[in-house]
Amino acid sequence: MQYVDEFRDSRLIKKTIETIQQLADPTVHYRIMEVCGGHTFSIYRFGLHALIPSNVELIHGPGCPVCVLPMGRIDEGLRIAEDPKVILTAFGDMMRVPGQTGSPLVLKAKGRDIRMVYSPLDSLKLAKEHPKKEVVFFAIGFETTAPATALTLLKAQEWGIKNFSVFCNHVLILPAIRAILDSPDMRLDGFIGPGHVSTVIGCRPYAFVAQNYKKPIVISGFEPLDILESILRILRQLKEKKSEVENQYGRVVPWEGNRTALKLLERVFELRSYFEWRGLGFIAQSALKIKKEFSYWDAELRFGTQGITLTDPKAAQCGEVLKGVLKPYQCKLFGRSCNPEHPVGALMVSSEGACAAYFHHVYQKTEL
Amino acid sequence: MKLEQCIELAHGAGGKSSRRLIEQVILAECRNPLLEPLADAAIIEWDKTRYALTTDSYVVSPLAFPGGSIGELAVNGTVNDLAVSGAKPLVILSSWILEAGLSMEVFQREVKAMARAAKAASVIIAGGDTKVVEHGKGDGLYITTTGYGLVEPGVNLDPHRVEVGDKILLSGPIGDHGITVLLARGEIELEATLKTDSRPLWPMIEPMIRLEPSAIKWMRDPTRGGLASVLNELAHDIGFGVMIEEELIPIRQEVRGACEILGLDPLHIASEGQFVAVVDQKKAVDFQKLLNDIPGGEEARIIGVISDKPSGKVVTLSAYGGSRMVDMLVGDPLPRIC
Repeated sequence: MQYVDEFRDSRLIKKTIETIQQLADPTVHYRIMEVCGGHTFSIYRFGLHALIPSNVELIHGPGCPVCVLPMGRIDEGLRIAEDPKVILTAFGDMMRVPGQTGSPLVLKAKGRDIRMVYSPLDSLKLAKEHPKKEVVFFAIGFETTAPATALTLLKAQEWGIKNFSVFCNHVLILPAIRAILDSPDMRLDGFIGPGHVSTVIGCRPYAFVAQNYKKPIVISGFEPLDILESILRILRQLKEKKSEVENQYGRVVPWEGNRTALKLLERVFELRSYFEWRGLGFIAQSALKIKKEFSYWDAELRFGTQGITLTDPKAAQCGEVLKGVLKPYQCKLFGRSCNPEHPVGALMVSSEGACAAYFHHVYQKTEL
Repeated sequence: MKLEQCIELAHGAGGKSSRRLIEQVILAECRNPLLEPLADAAIIEWDKTRYALTTDSYVVSPLAFPGGSIGELAVNGTVNDLAVSGAKPLVILSSWILEAGLSMEVFQREVKAMARAAKAASVIIAGGDTKVVEHGKGDGLYITTTGYGLVEPGVNLDPHRVEVGDKILLSGPIGDHGITVLLARGEIELEATLKTDSRPLWPMIEPMIRLEPSAIKWMRDPTRGGLASVLNELAHDIGFGVMIEEELIPIRQEVRGACEILGLDPLHIASEGQFVAVVDQKKAVDFQKLLNDIPGGEEARIIGVISDKPSGKVVTLSAYGGSRMVDMLVGDPLPRIC
């Protein structure tokens, strides 16, 4: 398969690993954060963590959209679906995420009309087909998915579809990276930078990581060779005492980003003054809000959400895992009361969640 | 693990939840030596002859998809459960639950498909039942078929006979059926020239039994829950490790592509015309060659080996030395595919 097989080529992978072994100074313990949940998934899916030198530690970052969503927001979304007139739509990733009263899937089994969609436009189509229903799209994701939501809102306006609204939970990656860099309990040497997000925002916005915090950051693809090459490039920068933004994922990520998508975001959204993140707490200007012009389609206004805050179950340490302070298996609940079938936290649900990726793909704890 | 409060779609997916439903509810109430192995078919011995008995329900949506339809699936799925139990399929019973309002043309079409499939699989439809439910309370039609067959002499399928070093043999590419049905629903705008692999397996399994029945130790067809789920059940039952080499597993480009885009693991996707067997290592190559010479078995391959560790787990190895554990299917990414 084109664009896949080339990046899983065993010969090249072996060669890259050899170069990494040569570059890594055995007397140094490197801590590299992969920001994206997609990278975390690939690392475990392809067993990359076990192939690199043991002094190169990979720390899982916060780039998993359903994982960073606090439980209060999930419950508010589900509360909207209590109205028998409502069809709540969400991406597949959301369906098994536990709220306080159960996951969307559990509530669906109990008779609420909750449906999975692959695109917010499908949700808008559903509204068109069911004029007597209120169709709500539970929007989640970083800059990757936000442009599609923006486009859908524009279409709703253009087509004059009134029985549609968006429960907006879009968040931004840069404030999260900054929060991690500012966190006192976090020592990092470099970043494997987000791939999908960067297709939209480009590479330029990461300059502060390299310039102000003096950390190398390499925007990376998701195949084994992509991730290994990014690790190699970070180690090379460290060896040469450099801190630069590099784009390893040039086949998809333009340096300047996707102007059309960025314009869409600007047209439809504005910054929230603050937003709550699971594990990271409240972060200023870290999420998107629907602009006044489109407020008619804002589910928060239409259904009068309360802005509730719920704390995670006490024993769960999702926050620590999300910040990279704990490894998934170091959480007290991991594999016991929290497992993919009965997840306590979202990190055990999403394929991009570090806990699920670890639970599904790693069979020896000692491998890490 | 505790049971869920209500039935969820995942209980029907053939993965962990299905297994729990069967073990904690059905097996708990109905325990007996015939049921206990939780195999594809019950083996009943009477007067030195072994009979295999199995039953399966079909709720696939949509009713027809490229390369097949529910009527055909209802025959092949059931005769294959007999075949992987080492039994020659002989007779089928079929029960139809029809929804008022279903077009007569569709019903006739599906009965014809069933008759055609039965002929192709050399079984007769010896009986059955029809029931009709109110409009809106079925989904067009559901079928349950029960199959009856004769276990071939010399066959001894028992996970406890599996030893370290035994080879894992797969009959051909996996995942065609699951992805075909998913795409046929039209919910995802993806196109592929893919059709279901639904077919009777006995023509491939019978020659293997003729060659050396005792060298076949375990067999399953990777339907719901895919190859990952049946291999996990094997690993769980034998207490050994199941090591498979990912690059050796035949998967069509279309299936791989759809899985990449949708974030699915091809190892979790159903096939309706493949089987996987654990065979004696000395006979493995002979079996593979035998299958390769049978039409439809050209892509059969040895994909792995039974190892002493990690106990009870399925692990894939890649050519560059990476490894990962393959878990059973959790949840249900593709409900109602058969």
